[in-house]
Amino acid sequence: MPHLHEDKIKFLEEKANIIRQSLIEELVEAGSGHTAGPLGMADVFTAFYFHILNHDPKNPFWEERDRLILSNGHICPIRYAAMAHAGYFPVKELKTLRKLGTRLQGHPHRTALPGVETTSGPLGSGLGQASGYAYGAKMDGRKFKVYCFMSDGEQDAGNTWESAMFAGKYKLNNLIGLIDRNNIQIDGMTEDIMPLEPLRDKYESFGWHVLEINGHDFEEIVNAVEEAKAIYEKPTVIISHNIPGKGIKEIEFDYKWHGIPPNKEQAAKFLAELRTLGGKIKSEHE
Amino acid sequence: MPINPNAKLVENVLEKTKLEQAPTRKGYGEGLLAAGEANEKVVALCADLTESTQMHLFAKKFPQRFIEVGVAEQNLATVAAGLANYGKIPFISSYAMFSPGRNWEQIRTTICYNEVPVKIAGSHAGVSVGPDGATHQAIEDIAIMRPIANMTVINPCDANEAKKATMAAVGVDGPVYLRFAREKTPMFTTADTPFEIGKAEVIWDADGKLDAAIIACGPLVHNALLAAADLEKEGLKVRVINNHTIKPIDEKTLIETAKDAGAVVTVEEHQVQGGMGSAVAEVLAKKYPVPIEFVGVQNRFGESGTPDELIEHFGMGVSHIKEAVKKVLKRKTQ
Repeated sequence: MPHLHEDKIKFLEEKANIIRQSLIEELVEAGSGHTAGPLGMADVFTAFYFHILNHDPKNPFWEERDRLILSNGHICPIRYAAMAHAGYFPVKELKTLRKLGTRLQGHPHRTALPGVETTSGPLGSGLGQASGYAYGAKMDGRKFKVYCFMSDGEQDAGNTWESAMFAGKYKLNNLIGLIDRNNIQIDGMTEDIMPLEPLRDKYESFGWHVLEINGHDFEEIVNAVEEAKAIYEKPTVIISHNIPGKGIKEIEFDYKWHGIPPNKEQAAKFLAELRTLGGKIKSEHE
Repeated sequence: MPINPNAKLVENVLEKTKLEQAPTRKGYGEGLLAAGEANEKVVALCADLTESTQMHLFAKKFPQRFIEVGVAEQNLATVAAGLANYGKIPFISSYAMFSPGRNWEQIRTTICYNEVPVKIAGSHAGVSVGPDGATHQAIEDIAIMRPIANMTVINPCDANEAKKATMAAVGVDGPVYLRFAREKTPMFTTADTPFEIGKAEVIWDADGKLDAAIIACGPLVHNALLAAADLEKEGLKVRVINNHTIKPIDEKTLIETAKDAGAVVTVEEHQVQGGMGSAVAEVLAKKYPVPIEFVGVQNRFGESGTPDELIEHFGMGVSHIKEAVKKVLKRKTQ
């Protein structure tokens, strides 16, 4: 595997940090929404929007673009933040999240915001949509990839496995799934609520190629996608081991942060933590 | 005879035993094939019921555009949503009990709210499914499809109309629910009978001042015609409307008819709660209130039996429609 250039990694790390800051600002302004999942997926979204995706933020309906389908719509604030910084819409629009008339609906809506690709929120229905999309693209010999980001909690849903079986049957090699394996869901730890392990074995037995990565290591994220693209005979799913709340110590690993936003005081503290890189630098302005 | 000549119905339309019979699902199968021939974007998905939903005609002609998803109706809806989002025009078929019965939320969120043009064909709707019994007799499907924004809902009256409705659904820029029956029923419309989505058709209109109107959908429209002919002999003048499109409903024709008749009977092979009759009542209560009687299933589950027995057992036969007309007449104030 080729290595990502150090400068590129540094660039992505800095982008992810800025995107996390925008996320916190967005959530505190909205006054509701999810915090832990979006923070945990900040690095993955950054890697996709700033390195992996073949896309054009100024031309969101470009026919040859890769399609990124977000199945667990509730983590959309991080997607919105990444999209804004990538140039899809002004960063200041993030402040409209969840407000009346906004394009940034509480759960993403396809026709509200160009680039979100599909409407999602109710769990378990993204992989089917991504599979249908990939099936149609394959019928017509199209070259773009269809990516489907899922949560681990929605692996509880029957529809997810109906779709996994479908994608396996039709060998959808243009479909690449990515599971946000952060081990938390609303009611607690995934293995207490409804055990998912052995998750790798489940997907393999459904006819998928499975990769596992550290979802906070840009080189691993990028290399996994490169490998997935090279798998020709079946769909690939990347189990991305993520730390929920990654980047803010108080939130990391705490499932209580799944479905709530920070208040203003917490947000100020969290933003300071991000801006000083966790105390590594003294001033927020260094 | 008060048959509307513009409706171009078959000759001898009242002689039920002499009419050709076919299930509306058969018209769907033929319509789907024709739609596939006319538009290469049309694809078809089935959930392990290809022949009984009459998709086999399409599957045989266009194997590359036919997709089998297995017994997985939620996936049927979501995969179709993805295909439509990509740019195809998918038709999905199963028994109405399972699609839209089992996959309602996927239809609402990933098809209707997502604004993608998936056409949902629910076969085996109504109690006339027969011996399979209540588990397979969808009598709530209109009620669950009708309130979803962006959805069009159509219940064709015979196989000819089913074919037309299927082909017309391709032209709707959005989701459509098409409701079909399992059992053979009289084919009383012709290729020349007008069909336009959202346009109710007057098929029987007595001369002179009307006593009542019968507004029906699905194969029971023929029973409504037979009831009207009987009532005519008894000196009662009615109008019969084929209200095939339940959403968007033809408010203009319904209001005009309420004004002309002053009393209405609705007829459908569906629960009276939330169905076509309810849709009519919503319009008339607001725009031109008249007494209404509702012929349909009265808050019960179906059961096993022959189709004809069940239509009678659940109170949707010709005699029941006539009784309902007489009952609503007693409630007329003038």
